[in-house]
Amino acid sequence: MVTYIIRRLLAAVLMLVVVSIATFSIFFVVPRLAGISAEDFANRYVGVKGATSETVKATAEKLGLNDPVVVQYGHWVKGIVAGAEFDTGVGVEHCPAPCFGYSFITKQPVWPDLLDRLPVTLSLALGASVIWLLTGVATGVLSAIRRGSIFDRAAMTIALGGVSLPIFFTGIVSLVFFSYKFGITAPGGSYTPITENPAEWAYDLILPWITLAFLLSAAYARLTRAGMLETMGEDYIRTARAKGLPERRVIAKHGLRAALTPIVTIFGLDLGLLLGGAILTESTFSLNGIGKYAVHAINVGDLPQILGVTTLATVFVVFANLIVDLLYAVVDPRVRLV
Amino acid sequence: MTVNAPSERAGRHFLDVNDLKIHFPTDDGVVKSVDGLSFSLERGRTLGIVGESGSGKSVTSLGILGLHQGSRARISGEIWLDGEELVSAGANHVRMLRGKKMAMIFQDPLSSMHPYYTVGDQIVEAYRVHNKVTRQVARKHAIDMLDRVGIPQADRRVDSYPHEFSGGMRQRAMIAMALVNNPDLLIADEPTTALDVTVQAQILDLMRDLQRDFDAALIIITHDLGVVAELADDILVMYGGKGIEYGTAEDIFERPEHPYTWGLLGSMPRLDRERTERLLPIKGSPPSLINVPPGCAFHPRCAFEPRTGGKAKTEIPELLEAEGGHLVRCHLSREERRAIWETEIKPNLEATL
Repeated sequence: MVTYIIRRLLAAVLMLVVVSIATFSIFFVVPRLAGISAEDFANRYVGVKGATSETVKATAEKLGLNDPVVVQYGHWVKGIVAGAEFDTGVGVEHCPAPCFGYSFITKQPVWPDLLDRLPVTLSLALGASVIWLLTGVATGVLSAIRRGSIFDRAAMTIALGGVSLPIFFTGIVSLVFFSYKFGITAPGGSYTPITENPAEWAYDLILPWITLAFLLSAAYARLTRAGMLETMGEDYIRTARAKGLPERRVIAKHGLRAALTPIVTIFGLDLGLLLGGAILTESTFSLNGIGKYAVHAINVGDLPQILGVTTLATVFVVFANLIVDLLYAVVDPRVRLV
Repeated sequence: MTVNAPSERAGRHFLDVNDLKIHFPTDDGVVKSVDGLSFSLERGRTLGIVGESGSGKSVTSLGILGLHQGSRARISGEIWLDGEELVSAGANHVRMLRGKKMAMIFQDPLSSMHPYYTVGDQIVEAYRVHNKVTRQVARKHAIDMLDRVGIPQADRRVDSYPHEFSGGMRQRAMIAMALVNNPDLLIADEPTTALDVTVQAQILDLMRDLQRDFDAALIIITHDLGVVAELADDILVMYGGKGIEYGTAEDIFERPEHPYTWGLLGSMPRLDRERTERLLPIKGSPPSLINVPPGCAFHPRCAFEPRTGGKAKTEIPELLEAEGGHLVRCHLSREERRAIWETEIKPNLEATL
């Protein structure tokens, strides 16, 4: 078990290194290979309008854009660990650790921006995940044990709709009806931090939660149903029944427990992905989370911000993977042998 | 065992199965897995049910335990266990008997135990469904049971997972789980099929010892005549969902009267036979349970069918008493069967000894 954990941890660290190299390459190496010069880069980064070519050249030199790629990567990683300073020629910009980049457009380090927006994304993702996990798994289990019933057919039809309809459609339709027509939910753009008023927080987020959960819960219902149909046909289910266990217990303790394994995996990955920004949901409901931040950064072409969001998102996915791997060993004792 | 009317037989023995029919409606037609099966069994006795795959052995045992509930199975007939009728009893009542009064050992102990729970947890669970005791008490009981079925260091192995056990150990644990509530009826469905030969012998020894200790009625379901020869007092041979021959182990091995039983005996590989000698397999394959051949279900594969004068193709033979409780379902007359066994079959089986 200890070996397993150590190996998973090492794998996760290795994965982070690989991911950071890949991310760095996409933003710093690939454009240069495509023919963009260090000066273009400096210009794009610092964006000093009307600067003379000498100034730009000097800036590029000061930012280290002419250094070998490995050195640049080292600077970038060092920035994340120890913070960095950017000499733009006009002045020195401080970017305290962890420096995930410094936006020369907003004159702000990226990390505090991300920290500001993280609670919104966290609230959205965690709240929705509770809803979709509970409703999805419950629907899937009921569908599986009443296979072919009206409930099963209705649930699976709705699930098909849920999987097929995009968030920006279901989100806008539900906003129009529930918020603007009936006035029972908060209008778009509402957000109250949980620390200020938990009830208000939940009220503001309930519609985005349900909209996001609908999509994922549909997928989870289908997954759970398929898993339950498979496990309920296993020999050990017959054994559980032969022991005289009540059917409810057979389903919950013996059937669902085994069917949950793949769901835990997918859940970890989905959650990790969402923590890096629920772009469509945040945009549809005008929530100032990481997803919306990313969209804005892409629109204005703020490379350091995009890079920061990408790095943070990959970190979340890698950590989600790690947690899934560790949970796997908790859920399935056979994994501990590996 | 007799073929009397239900009312007369009902509940006279510890276990009485009477005209049991288990049919499964499918898109292709009704699968008659068990079609009019009757037998009885006393405490302390062992019944071997023998037949090819698809003869209805396992369906019968699941039917006795009431494990067809919730499936599409249509069940009729009577199952009397210790004076109680089970086919018409409520599902919850039968569930309460399951695991307590009647228990089952399955074929493949690896797939039959839950991979996520320790062996001990699974035995504790089986005990605590029927006994209101604390976990500690149940755990102690589980350790005792594991010890009793011959698992070394039972107090440590109780916390192992099924995949950490060897095949033979798993089957021992499975037996411990089945016996934990001291059941009166134990059904073992192919208990040794998934095991190594050496382990098979150990498990059979264990089952014989335990049955003597527990004084339970034991049903061994198998396709392996060697296993029934080891354990069974009585043997029921099934074919196409029906019993076709029933008798004591001696009757079946020494004086078998049904052509199918002869076939089974001829198909048994024996070390004492010359290697060049061929087995005498039964030609053809088991009948479709949707379109059971008319008349005697065995007639398309029976070498002696011409001697019945066409009766085998049209009339279903009755299960009739040959002598002293030895029942045979065959159109051939008693004399013909004895003559064929003595002159044609037995010498062939023994020629190689």
